[in-house]
Parts: sequence; C-alpha cells; structure tokens
Amino acid sequence: MNLFPTSVHWRAPRTIVAIIVLAAFVLLPFAVGSEGDFYVKFATRVLIYALAAIGLNFILGFGGMVSLGHAMYIMLGAYCVGIPMHHEITSGWAHLAFAIALTAVLATVVGAVALRTTGIAFIMITLAFAQMLFFVAVSLKEYGGDDGLTIAARSNFGLFDIASNVSLYYLAFSAVLLALYLSWRAVLSPFGLILRGSKANSRRALALGHPILRYQLVAYVLSALVCAVAGVLLANLTQFASPSYGAWTLSGELIVIVILGGLGTVFGPLVGAVCLLVLEEILPTLVEATFPDYKSNWMLLLGLFIFFVALLLKRGVFGSLRGGAK
Amino acid sequence: MSALVTTSLVKRFGGVQATDNVSLTVESGQLHAIIGPNGAGKSTLIGQLAGEIKPDAGRVELFGNDVTAQSVVARANMGLARTYQITQLAKEFTALDNVLLAANAKVSSNFRFWANAHADTHAVNQSLAALAKVGLLDAKDRTVGELGHGEQRQLEIATALATEPKVLLLDEPLAGMSQGESAAMIALLKSFKGRYPMLLVEHDMDAVFQLADCVSVLVYGRIIATGTPEEIRSNADVRAAYLGDEVNA
Amino acid sequence: MTLQLTLSQLMNGLQLGVLLFLLAAGLTLVFGIMSFVNLAHGSLYMLGAYFGAAAFAKTDSFTLALLAAVLGAGVVGLLLDRFALTKLYTRDHLDQVLATFGLILFFNELIRIVWGPGSIFMQVPDALSNTVEIAGFTYPAYRFAIIGAGLLVALGLYLLIQKTRVGMLIRAGATHPHMVASLGVNIKWLNTLVFALGAALAGLAGVMAGPIVSVQPGMGEPVLILTLVVIIIGGLGSIRGAFYAALIVGVVDTLGRAFMPTLMRSIFERNTADAAGPAIASMLIYLLMALVLAFKPQGLFPTSAGATR
Repeated sequence: MNLFPTSVHWRAPRTIVAIIVLAAFVLLPFAVGSEGDFYVKFATRVLIYALAAIGLNFILGFGGMVSLGHAMYIMLGAYCVGIPMHHEITSGWAHLAFAIALTAVLATVVGAVALRTTGIAFIMITLAFAQMLFFVAVSLKEYGGDDGLTIAARSNFGLFDIASNVSLYYLAFSAVLLALYLSWRAVLSPFGLILRGSKANSRRALALGHPILRYQLVAYVLSALVCAVAGVLLANLTQFASPSYGAWTLSGELIVIVILGGLGTVFGPLVGAVCLLVLEEILPTLVEATFPDYKSNWMLLLGLFIFFVALLLKRGVFGSLRGGAK
Repeated sequence: MSALVTTSLVKRFGGVQATDNVSLTVESGQLHAIIGPNGAGKSTLIGQLAGEIKPDAGRVELFGNDVTAQSVVARANMGLARTYQITQLAKEFTALDNVLLAANAKVSSNFRFWANAHADTHAVNQSLAALAKVGLLDAKDRTVGELGHGEQRQLEIATALATEPKVLLLDEPLAGMSQGESAAMIALLKSFKGRYPMLLVEHDMDAVFQLADCVSVLVYGRIIATGTPEEIRSNADVRAAYLGDEVNA
Repeated sequence: MTLQLTLSQLMNGLQLGVLLFLLAAGLTLVFGIMSFVNLAHGSLYMLGAYFGAAAFAKTDSFTLALLAAVLGAGVVGLLLDRFALTKLYTRDHLDQVLATFGLILFFNELIRIVWGPGSIFMQVPDALSNTVEIAGFTYPAYRFAIIGAGLLVALGLYLLIQKTRVGMLIRAGATHPHMVASLGVNIKWLNTLVFALGAALAGLAGVMAGPIVSVQPGMGEPVLILTLVVIIIGGLGSIRGAFYAALIVGVVDTLGRAFMPTLMRSIFERNTADAAGPAIASMLIYLLMALVLAFKPQGLFPTSAGATR
C-alpha cells in the first residue's frame, strides 16, 4: 500500500513542526505524570476541537464552503451519547452508530438546502439550521432542556476501555491521527482535486463537466460526520451533553481555529486548536495578573485577537511555514 | 451530422436584444468563425451554446440532440468544451493540476477518495500530452499566477483538450497575445482542423481568414452574413457594417 | 383561543416584525452595497438598548433616550466603518465573518465592564404605560407605539430611497454595485452613510425593545440570527424584501410560539404535544426559510447583488 500519496519533504519546516506537535501529544501523559489529570483533560479537549476543525477545514479550506453551523453536528454527536445513556444503552459502538446515521441524514438535508445558495447566503443558512437544532435541544425537557444532560458513565467500547482520562486521551489522539491521514489522502485524491477545483474556480469546474454540487454535498456530509465523532468524544470527556455544544459561538470558534492554523492546510486545524485553546487558558490568568478587577472580562481581548487574526493573519500559523520543495 | 446547430436563438437583456434570431451551423470537422464589432453579442451567444445563459427562445442542438434545456455540466459531458475570453483557471493550481482537473471530468461522478490523483497514469499522461500540444510541458509545475498572459491562454486550450472534446468553443483565444504567441496559437488551431469541429469568436481578422472554413458576421445580435472567407471579404454589407473600418485601420 | 388573544398575538407578531425590519434594513443594505457580512449588527442593537436605558434612567425623558440610542449607535457605526471595517470590505466573506464575530465578543464584554453582567431594567415610558382600547380590543399602548414608529420609519426609508438622489444611489448600489462605482460617485462616502444609517436603525430597534425585553449582554445574538433569516427570505440586498420578510417572520414566529403547543395538543396526545410543540414552534421560521429557498434560492425579492455573491 502506498502510505504516502506524494513524497514527503522531511526537512521542510511544516513537516518538522508537524512531527514535533504529534510527538508532544504522544508524550504528554507521561510528561505530566500522575498528577496531571487537568492537563490530560485539557489536551483531550484540544484534540476534540482539533478533530472538529479538521472536519470543518475539509469543506472550508478545500471546498470553500463557509459553514457557520458545524457545532450542531458536535451537539448531535454529544446527544447521541447522552440520550441512549439516559435510557441505559451504554455501548459506545451504538452511540457512534447513532451519531453517524443521524448526522448523515441531517447533513444531507441541510447540505442539500444550503448548497442551493452560495457565498453569504450559505453562511447564514448553515447558521440558521444550527440555531434551529439548538432550539430543538433546548426544548428537549425530558433530557434536561436548557440545562443539559448529565451522563452517568463513559461509553462502553468493549475491549477498549476509556474509563480513565488517559485512555480517552489516546482515543481522541488516534481519532485525530486518523482524520488527519484520511483528509490528507482525500485532498490529494481525484475527489479532492475536483473539490479544490470547485473552490478555485467553480465556473470552470462546471464548464469542464464536473457536477460540483454533488461533490460539495458529499464533502459537506463527510465533514459533518467528523464533527459528530468529535461530539461523541466531547460528551465522553465532559460526561455532559447540552445545547451549548451547538451554540453558534462554538461554530465561530471552529472557524477561528481553522483560520488560525492555516486555511487549506491538512495539519493546520491541530495547530490552530492548540493555539486558540491555550490562549483561552492563558488570557484569564494574564488579565488577572495585570488588571485583577477585570479577570472575568478576558473575552474582550479574545474578541480583539480574533478580529486581528481575520485582518492580518492571512495564512495562519501553520500555513505561514514553508511546506514543500519550493 | 452537424456538430452544433442553433435555430432562431433569441436573448434579451432588459430592452437590449443581445441575440436576435441567430441560426448557425458548425459542420463536423470545420472551423466556423464568428466576427463582429464589440458589443455584437458574441460572448452572450457562446454563453447560450455552453449553457451558462438560458435563451428566451430558439434551440441549440449538439450532434443532433436538443440540448436547449440541458445544464452546462450535461453539455460538457456530451463533449462540448470551451475556452473563455477572460481566462478562467484555478489560480492556485499548477498548470498540470488545471489540466488534470479537466482530464478527471470524463468520469461523470468521480468519487475516488483514496488514490492519489497524480498516480492515475492514464489521466496524467493525457494531461501531459495536452500540455505538450500547447507547448507548456516545461511549465507544468508552475502555478497559474506564475504563468504569463499568453501561457495562460495556452493553458485554457490545454484544459479544453484534456476533456477529450467533440466540439470546441473558442472565445477570443488570441486576445492580448504577443505576435509570436499569436502565430503559435494560429498554428495550433490549424493543427486541430479536421480533428475537432470548432466555433471561433475572434477579433483578429488575419487569423480568422487564415483559419476559417466558414465565417458569420454578428452585428447587434444578428447574423448579417454567412459564407466562406472570400465571400465575406467581398460582401458589401459586411464591408459597410464592419469590415471597412477594420481593413482600413 | 379567544379572538382577543389571537388579535393581540397577531399584534405582538407585527411588533416583532417591525423591530426585525429596522435591523434587517441596515444589514441588507450594507450587504447589498458593500457585499459585507456584519455579524456585529446585533451588537449595535444591544448598544442602542444600553444607551437608551442609561439615558432614560438619567434624564427620565424617553425622547432623550431615543435620541441617545439612535445617535450613539449611529456614531459607533460610523467609527466602526471608518476605523475598523474599511479594510474588510474588499476581503472575502470568511474574513468578514471572523472579524465581526470577534467584534461581538468584544462588545459583549465591553458592556459587561461598563454596565455589569446582569440585565438592567428599562421602564415603559409613563405616557405609554396604559392600554389602548379599540372596538373592545385592548392592547398595550407602548407596543402600539412601537408598531406605529416602526411603520413610520419604514415609510421614511421608502421615501428616502425612492424619492431622493441619495436614495437613488443607495438603490442602484444595492442592486448594481459596480455600476454606481463606475458612475464616479464617491462610493466610500455612500458606504459610510449607509453603514451609519443601518447602525442608527439598529440602535432605534434596541431602545424600543428595551422596555419589553431584558437588556443584557449578548441580547443581540438571537435577534441577529432572526434578522439573518429575514434578509435571506427577503432576498439579500432587497429592502422591500426585508420589509415583507420581517413581518412574515415576526408573525409566524410569534403565532407559532403562542398557538403551536395548543394546536399540537388537539392532534397528538398530551405528552407528545408538550414535548414537540415548543420545539416545532421555534423551528417554524427556519422551516419557512428552507421552504422559501427550495423554491426561490435568491429569496422572495432577488437582487443582482444577491445573485452574484
């Protein structure tokens, strides 16, 4: 099997950074030792956000579809753990199956409607659909409604036990690795070529005879599925499912992660997730140290940060690094 | 069988009659040129042939099939390939990837997620052949942004070729080219003659009279004359309406 | 379901629709002319509510509160246009979404710093605190006033846009932006004007909503999303579309929330109805939007601005 679709430039800065980041994730649980539960859980969260962002990047970075509603699939994935668990269905495989099946159906419908439009209307429609699902979750009084749903135990994946935080961490890390590898293959495949072509010049792609809507829809559904898997993991991490997982601010954060890492780079979302979540951890402490009275208002700086990322950081942290031979 | 036939095609934009009862035929193996002053409605006509613009009335036939209601994609998959007056390429792509994108279009649904697009030797060889034909083989790894204007025009032709077309619509392929590039392009188009039926919209009269088997003159959306290059050259109406100034200029 | 109740819910729907129109007008024009997605439009609504509430508490004059809200939001809009957003107008929608998303977080936090994290109270002005009775139908005077004021503003906008030279430019800019630029009109000035006008209208909506909603940080977001639905249904860039769509969305949403649970109960058994009723009610407008798009992807009143982008 050809494991590497194109020759990898081992000495390029991007490759080196990617390897360092991955190695750091492999070693993290050992480095923090037995006292480091907080760090392991935090890093798991980073990985889960990265996974969702990898999903979003597939359509945003490679397909040019700006979805401002992808958090809804995270929420759906989380409820696919929470609700069965509530009814004492504990099998993680069942949770995963629910998440994949429901997301495939929902994403096909939403995608089919939203892709009737392009550009700005697409942004708003994906947002509106996410909002719709958010309100559905809020109205689920039996499952906690607004307050969310506490999950008694983690999903039972049989042989692969995720009861300990470290094992959940490695599960999330494996999911990220797999998603990175799959998206790398897909981007370089004929499907990926056409998807990227439809982003670069949709008029040309159509004139060549590519039914791009079909490709866009498939890409949209695939990307939603990755987010749903992230949702399943998130519910297991927090042992909680709530409408807030589908809040549009989370969809916004996912976009921030993708851009921050580097739009249209396979590895960017992981770097972006590390940067954003670490920043969100550091900012409150930083603000507390300098302006103790305004500790709780650190989001002000985050808002400005995001504003300037959009304004100035065109290629993202990872995207600015040199990649290939050139 | 005629490759491309339009019958009484009509398109209005507001009060402007952009296409006024246009009937024309591109015979198999022939190069049919359309000339006309700026604003004569040439690009609107091409748009209707390709399917990007829906005509208000009339019909378009491709190899005997009525395609008036068919989409751009459907027509492309029937073998209609086009180039644009203003270059339409995937800018961040390399020259090779642009052509490869075209070569992948023959499969109407291409859901191959695993294989590397560059490992498809058939499509790659076909793309390289198309690049070679237009003289861009050496530039295959350069992105569109790094190509000169003339090279981008050549790449437009290469992408059209890579779809293995049955008929070519060429919208001013010589626009903005240097003299040397023009000569090369004319030679290239000449080499296509007999192989592909072509509809050529062009301002360069020398090129048109060198290449065309048949010429139609479009003025304000109407065809005022159709004939061999010699007939058009000597047609008094045409000279009055259009050619006169060009020839004297 | 009495007639009185139905009528007053219908009026509530109109009142919500009118407020939505004030927000949608600015957003859709800004989009039409500048091709700019301003997610922070809801923040201007929030600022309007806060400026108004603060001025009302200080001066006890609702007129001054209105003025503070409209001018305050307008000036913030002007400053945003001039100093923060100009560079974004030429960028792609993704950057615009991201930047204005950042601005939302910024403004929410700014409000928390200045006015605290809780909600603040704004009273209905005394003169309008009673109810009005027309032919046996009673309705709060203040809500009547909102509807009246909103319709007046709509009429004013209509006159401005249809009858004045500036309006002609705005209209042309929203439907054929390139043409206006090529006419040699100072498009930058027009942009600023439209942006500030839109901001002022959002501020007006905010202060008028102040006494009937809770004035709190983040109050702009739910309204923003409703407004986005409105301008999509209406057709991006179309102010007429925004008007009709705002009224439709306002009425459908309000009536849905009021009557859907009861309606469901008459069809399904009580448990199912109680669970599904509110959910379906809050989904109604999104379903409406999906339906409109299924038949008219460009919205009810398509403009070329919406078609090309």
